[in-house]
Amino acid sequence: MKETLLLTKHMRDFPENSHKIEVYEKNNGYSALKKVLKEDNPENVINEIKDSNIRGRGGAGFPTGVKWGFLAEDEDRYLVINGDESEPGTFKDRILLERDPHQLIEGVIITCFASNIKKAFIYIRGEYAKPARRVQEAVEQAYEKGYLGDNILGTNLSLDIVVHLGAGAYICGEETALLNSLEGKRGEPRLKPPYFPAVMGLYNKPTLVNNVETISSVPWIINNSGKEYAKLGVEGSTGTRIFSLSGHVRTPGNFEIEMGKSFGEFIDTFGNGIKDDKKVKAYIPGGASAPWFTGDQLDIKMTIDDVADAGSMLGSGAVVVMDEDTNLVYAAKSIVSFFAHESCGQCTPCREGTTWLEMILERIASGRGRLSDISLLVDVCDNISPGLSWPPKMTTICPLGPSAVSPITSLLDNFSDELMKMLPTKIPIAQ
Amino acid sequence: MSWDNELLERAHKIIELYPQKRSALGPLLYLAQEKDGFISDDSIVEISNLVDITEVQVKSVSSFYSMYKEEQTGTYLLSVCKSISCEINDSRSVINSVKEFTGLENYETDQDKLFTFEEVECIGACGGAPAIQVNYETVEGLTPEKTIEMCEWLKNDKPEIIVADQLQNKFGGTQSFDWAIEDNTGSAYTVPGFQNIGTAKEKDN
Repeated sequence: MKETLLLTKHMRDFPENSHKIEVYEKNNGYSALKKVLKEDNPENVINEIKDSNIRGRGGAGFPTGVKWGFLAEDEDRYLVINGDESEPGTFKDRILLERDPHQLIEGVIITCFASNIKKAFIYIRGEYAKPARRVQEAVEQAYEKGYLGDNILGTNLSLDIVVHLGAGAYICGEETALLNSLEGKRGEPRLKPPYFPAVMGLYNKPTLVNNVETISSVPWIINNSGKEYAKLGVEGSTGTRIFSLSGHVRTPGNFEIEMGKSFGEFIDTFGNGIKDDKKVKAYIPGGASAPWFTGDQLDIKMTIDDVADAGSMLGSGAVVVMDEDTNLVYAAKSIVSFFAHESCGQCTPCREGTTWLEMILERIASGRGRLSDISLLVDVCDNISPGLSWPPKMTTICPLGPSAVSPITSLLDNFSDELMKMLPTKIPIAQ
Repeated sequence: MSWDNELLERAHKIIELYPQKRSALGPLLYLAQEKDGFISDDSIVEISNLVDITEVQVKSVSSFYSMYKEEQTGTYLLSVCKSISCEINDSRSVINSVKEFTGLENYETDQDKLFTFEEVECIGACGGAPAIQVNYETVEGLTPEKTIEMCEWLKNDKPEIIVADQLQNKFGGTQSFDWAIEDNTGSAYTVPGFQNIGTAKEKDN
């Protein structure tokens, strides 16, 4: 099993200075943009993206070409790049922003050309100060070289990019919350309908919201054609994907591979197995929102559909491995605390429910649990995500609430003995 | 204290970046925090005038985001990650080291206004867990000993500008990915160092 380098090739080839515009230009950089401007046919660009069958890399996995096709007509339309990467376990956009910002900028310009957009925003989470600095530096270089601003490379195309820094709210990764945040409001998700970004997005204008990795793929697709891209990976999960591997593996990191291999092979090849030769007890296949798989499920294939069929999601592509000595109740508590902290507070089941779940798990983890806590956990989860099914049903505006349910159903379905072990064997007499 | 002309000029430059004034609210709150170390009531008044919204609207936004602080921060904001990848890689020991060295509990600032300590959620450094940010500059692959060394160094040397690469080289270990590209830019405040808000500072070699 080997990596297939499309998006991370340039940064591997030039580890010292891949972020500089001269280096990017010298190595075929901005050639896709020049090609597109020469052909001058936006429809072709959209068709190439449709041919590539690329699906959004932010988590939901929506086909990008289809998304672009939805964008409503209007004089003012916007592109917003979602660089609010905050899903625990995920650090793939960080490397794309920090090490190859021009690849993203070229993708942004081509996307805006295809969709007749004159203003783009790159929204980067506040904690990514260093990656944001790199992107801003690259944007300034691109202006100097005539890739941005009015009459790009002597054509009629004009585009401005503003890099915007978030301020530490995970929920702003949800696209409508991100738009609220960019409008200077609380990062609360909007109701869909009516607020589908493609129709009523930023400032209520039609807006494309795409992930950093998705748009960074655009230059390669244009240079090599959508059909070539679709040959990589497997049907339904075409192309490559950057997986962030962390947890108890020997060598964590970002690895760009074609989708379709098994998780076990991935962890062995790139993670070099588990520290101290321990066994895998459980692993998270796609970020903290995804239900866990057990150490017996390492042969599941890394595709969007295979993971969904097995009852979880490939999500943001973050694989977190937990070895045999991990206390999974603590692990679940960590994830639930995350969602309790990050709940925006709009929907009662999520705001109250995640906090309840956190408190109950805290009680169990500290040895003060009660037998009735199990049914209480299930009850609270059921109020957030009725039926505890997968994909989850929701009583909330966005999927954050149900995300907090995932680690708990994972515990109850596969590791209930661990949970029971932490409950007292004697029932205390009521005072 | 109200904002001086220099700060107002920076504020107007930020506002010009956006099609609508209110979009500048987030960056302006960072300016406020650079000025006072937290979002003061005076700054809230100033910002409400700058972007034409009420003070309550400004406050409702500043209180929503965890990076805008309601109380005065110290010179160095120590944010230790406790999310899943760090949690299972013993971030607890790093948290305890910081607590032990500074004597602070979560969200507290010491009397000398040198350190503020907070436990935070995922900072995207999962491959280099456990990780910490000092004024939003990331250090990965920490041990309890190195954490204490770092705190001692901050206390004794009192660097004006915090640069991720410098801290990483001195005190860090395993990283999420190799940083071959050395960088001298960082932050001088408890605000991310970023050109658009004028907080990115370059360190002399």
